[in-house]
Amino acid sequence: MRYKKQKGLFQRELVRAALWQSVIKLDPRQMFRNPVMFTVEIGTAVMLVVTILSAMQGGQSPELGNPGYNFVIFLLLLLTVLFANFAEAFAEARGKAQADSLRKTRKDTPAKKLNADGSVSATSSSSLQKGDRFVCEAGDIIPSDGEIVEGLASIDESAITGESAPVIREAGGDKSSVTGGTKVLSDRIVVEVTTQPGESFLDKMIALVEGAKRQKTPNEIALTILLAGFTIVFVIVCVTLKPFADYADTPISIAAFVSLFVCLIPTTIGGLLSAIGIAGMDRALRANVITKSGKAVETAGDIDTLLLDKTGTITIGNRKATNFYPPDGVRRDDLVRYSVLSSLADETPEGKSIVELASPEITKGLSIEGATLIKFTAETRTSGVNMPDGTRIRKGAQDTIRQIVERAGNAFPDDIAHEIQHISANGGTPLAVAVNEKVVGVIELQDIIKPGIQDRFQRLRRMGVKTVMVTGDNPLTAKYIAEKAGVDDFIAEAKPEDKMNYIRAEQAQGKLVAMMGDGTNDAPALAQADVGVAMNSGTQAAKEAGNMVDLDNDPTKLIEVVEIGKQLLMTRGTLTTFSIANDVAKYFAIVPALFITSIPALQALNIMNLNSPESAILSAVIFNAFIIPALIPLALKGVAYKPIGASALLRRNLLIYGLGGILVPFVGIKLIDLIVSAFV
Amino acid sequence: MNTELSGVLAIFLIAVLLAIPLGRYIARVYLGERTLLDPILGPVENLFFRLSRIDNSREMTWQEHLKALLSINLVWFLFTMFILMNMAWLPLNPDGNPSMTPDLAFNTSISFVVNCNLQHYSGETGLSYLGQLSLMFQQFVSAGTGMAAAAIVFNTLRARQTTGLGNFWDYFAKSTTRILLPVAFIGALVLIFRGSPMTFEGKDTMITLQGDTVQVSSGPAAGMIAIKQAGTNGGGYYGVNSAHPLENPDYLTNMIENILILLIPIAMVFALGFYLKRRKLAWMVMGVMTLGYLLLLAPTVYFEMNGNPAISQMGVSEPTGSMEGKEIRHGAAASALWAISTTVTSNGSVNAMHDSTMPLSGMHEMLGMMVNSFYGGVGVGFLNFYIFIIIAVFISGLMVGRTPEFMGKKVEAREVKIAMFTALLSPLLIMGGTALAAWMMVHYPSLPWLNNPGFHGFSEMLYEYTSSNANNGSGFEGLGDNNPFWNISTGIVLILGRFIPIIGPVAIAGLLAGKKYIPESAGTLKTDTLTFGIMVFSVIFIVTALCYFPALALGPLAEYFSM
Repeated sequence: MRYKKQKGLFQRELVRAALWQSVIKLDPRQMFRNPVMFTVEIGTAVMLVVTILSAMQGGQSPELGNPGYNFVIFLLLLLTVLFANFAEAFAEARGKAQADSLRKTRKDTPAKKLNADGSVSATSSSSLQKGDRFVCEAGDIIPSDGEIVEGLASIDESAITGESAPVIREAGGDKSSVTGGTKVLSDRIVVEVTTQPGESFLDKMIALVEGAKRQKTPNEIALTILLAGFTIVFVIVCVTLKPFADYADTPISIAAFVSLFVCLIPTTIGGLLSAIGIAGMDRALRANVITKSGKAVETAGDIDTLLLDKTGTITIGNRKATNFYPPDGVRRDDLVRYSVLSSLADETPEGKSIVELASPEITKGLSIEGATLIKFTAETRTSGVNMPDGTRIRKGAQDTIRQIVERAGNAFPDDIAHEIQHISANGGTPLAVAVNEKVVGVIELQDIIKPGIQDRFQRLRRMGVKTVMVTGDNPLTAKYIAEKAGVDDFIAEAKPEDKMNYIRAEQAQGKLVAMMGDGTNDAPALAQADVGVAMNSGTQAAKEAGNMVDLDNDPTKLIEVVEIGKQLLMTRGTLTTFSIANDVAKYFAIVPALFITSIPALQALNIMNLNSPESAILSAVIFNAFIIPALIPLALKGVAYKPIGASALLRRNLLIYGLGGILVPFVGIKLIDLIVSAFV
Repeated sequence: MNTELSGVLAIFLIAVLLAIPLGRYIARVYLGERTLLDPILGPVENLFFRLSRIDNSREMTWQEHLKALLSINLVWFLFTMFILMNMAWLPLNPDGNPSMTPDLAFNTSISFVVNCNLQHYSGETGLSYLGQLSLMFQQFVSAGTGMAAAAIVFNTLRARQTTGLGNFWDYFAKSTTRILLPVAFIGALVLIFRGSPMTFEGKDTMITLQGDTVQVSSGPAAGMIAIKQAGTNGGGYYGVNSAHPLENPDYLTNMIENILILLIPIAMVFALGFYLKRRKLAWMVMGVMTLGYLLLLAPTVYFEMNGNPAISQMGVSEPTGSMEGKEIRHGAAASALWAISTTVTSNGSVNAMHDSTMPLSGMHEMLGMMVNSFYGGVGVGFLNFYIFIIIAVFISGLMVGRTPEFMGKKVEAREVKIAMFTALLSPLLIMGGTALAAWMMVHYPSLPWLNNPGFHGFSEMLYEYTSSNANNGSGFEGLGDNNPFWNISTGIVLILGRFIPIIGPVAIAGLLAGKKYIPESAGTLKTDTLTFGIMVFSVIFIVTALCYFPALALGPLAEYFSM
């Protein structure tokens, strides 16, 4: 995995943008979306009024209190709201900056629009509408996302993916998509525009990050309800405290009430909640995954089953020839020569690997000049060459070769049949070779399993995710590779509908399924899956069907996406715990402070030995405000996920954020009190 | 000293040991398996079901369950009210006691229907035997209601997706006749042998040592005492409840009654494990509840046995502990055990004066009722605990990076909403009620409510609302509560504090049961582990502390630190 180069977390221009935004966000209509911080804003307003009233009265009324003190409390509460707004604004700014850097590539570029009459007119990318066609030749920047309808080209996609090696895109098939901002290196293509300007996935993602269109995800809604519940509890606590205090003959100033309330309600998580959600999408974007909704990221953390294509994910793209097996009565060198002859014109990686495997001494001087090439087709399932001397060389799947051989009245050698079985059982693919309808041997092709992939599957298993390998191989081969790679299950000889059926079956058991795909025939399965990641190189249909698009076209990206989802939920959970656990210490700071003057016995509850009631309340409020910016880095980076099992993870997080949440404010408030009391 | 402590230990251990087989039996009952009593009670039940045209095998949705539960409770309320208002002319009134006034009958009926049993009358003079019997009947059916509600929730926890959750009438009838009736019957027998009366004859006469002739109230007491304990009702036959020598004659009956208080609440926890065949889950629940119980019990026993420091300061030694308001035959330790047992289980019967316990003991009694799920009332204790589980599951699910699940069902916004609403209710009623009373005291200082002003008076008011909300029914006393303000305000708290904590958990459980069942995977947070138990306990601890700390600081804590 290759992340964009990380700069420092707090970049100056982002901070500046966020600072201004945090003031704009004070608008109550915006604040209303966040019930916890909205109540703090109300508290701030109340303190402003109290400050003014107390100043007018000259600090005579015990309920209104000292105007200077009130003003300080007012400022601190305002700061609390601003800090929370800043967290959200900063997360937005970061997400936008990330998206902008991707969008920069698609600034207005000249486009060669193909008119209906076949003429080409020069225009600009912004004027291209959905359905328009344009032409790109070597050296052109592709002006818009689209699908190649004609031609083939090598394209430099490094602007988007950072990968320097050019990729081939061609009309038809599953690699027909091009992205605006990438550069055509060779050849000429005609591309049809697939999105309206301003409606590309990237545009949608930016809108999601910007807040206007950001919808709360299901877990975020549930958590907001929980936090609202806790807020109401503390409304009850603070409102009833007034008659309680009256009964105990203890006057409590409004400033103290508001401070107590703001300290108790879960402002820490309330202030950071939306920042955490935005940061989740942002982390996905940093991994070069465009998410179409925040919900998709959240769902990714819940995934139970992962469908992975064998090729490219588990094995290195292509199979390689590893051995030649001649039958009795055929010399190995002859088999090698025939194999090489049939493969010299074969541009497939398998074909090339056969030539590579053969030793040069044997193949020296071989030539296919004047020969007729027989291309591989889906019907014949063989390929080969007809030599000028009339020799017919064919190679292909063993059952097809067997048919050809037997139709010509020749026997399929037993030892070869045996060898074929042996190869399959070892995870290889046998490729039979026949010359003039007689079997001359079999070539063993082997999958190369990606280094390190076993560890990743191990990690997934510890996360509770079941991995399923999807392959067109026969069950024997599939089983071998599945075992070797350490996946939990496999679908062999898979047809597109098999994926769909597997997903449905898993979902019927209540499991959430993720898959990655690129082809048009993957689209239904991508839509059916709970998390469908389409490769950017894939067809438009696939990209529309999935809920994420991977710009890197990296099939192992799913694993990252799952971890990003888990991190998102964990960050919310741990900060909620931390926030609520903080209240214990705040109680021990504020409650004695409220009552000490009239009930000196309650000094026993002042276990932090804070200097004075005023400094105790101030310290708690200061701690409460400054813990928000202190936790912004954690909210943005996310709590580290460790696949150590759910119970162990809970233990760990409970210890760090639960117990830590109880202890940290005791220390923090005490320290702040020491500083504050030096000034007061 | 040691004898007293070993008595405490014995009571608790016997209760737990008896609860295990009883839990197995309760699970059998709710699973619909045959029990010993079926041949006798089955035909009677079927006759009643047929007469009332109830098909007791029809599967009900959670909404239908609640409808049935609430409507039958309304019927009982009207029925009891009728009897209490007409006792004077109805049969079984050998002492010639009068009918109740409408407001007192209202209060009493509500209070018995909701399994609380606040008693603003004295049984000896306020009720005829028919009145006593009708209240005794209430003690069975209100306990049966709570247990039936728990049975519904048990049913929802099975591994499947369904809306059919058993039949309320079946659960209710079985809870009452197969579980409460035999347990109470055995308990009553023991009490009769130890001297509690069980007769329909009128007052007895006895001549005291001084030669005076004294009229002693008698009647069908033993049966009522047994069910008041077994059904966590607490409504005594006599005015002073289990401090009365005929209601609780000796140390042995004290042990038995205390065991009965704890027995079914603990057995319900084991029943959960047997019912779902998930014993580890039951042990997790049991562990959390027991930890909470012991944390309240240990300091209370300590404070009571240590005596009152105010008396010690006067140079008076207290070798038997703080004995003010306690019965010599029970002693300080057993009274402390009872005080905690009766408050954590929503029972509310008393064998000593809670008003006279030490300040922190009083706080622990209140905490037991505020949590109301360290065992809790029969059936409803588990329902309250279920709410805490849902909140704990939600927070800890997020903490391990997964949408929260409990028993294979995803906990989402709707469930969290109901859980928070239910959890919010207790602080609202307790603190709201107390605030109202405190406001009245400030603005109308002449009100003759409080015998003890200051912190202790505050505790008395706080205790009253806490007890009402928990449907406990015990009082701190010392509070002039037999007047319209307290009758009405606590009456409202009683109804809300009873039915919303039943409706909430049943609704959540019903919603969850209707969701797709997700089999466990390695990423699922297991809920039957020590770790999760600690999580649930932390949630209970933090939520309770956050809600009540300021109030407790002004009441018992202030009193304690001022002593």
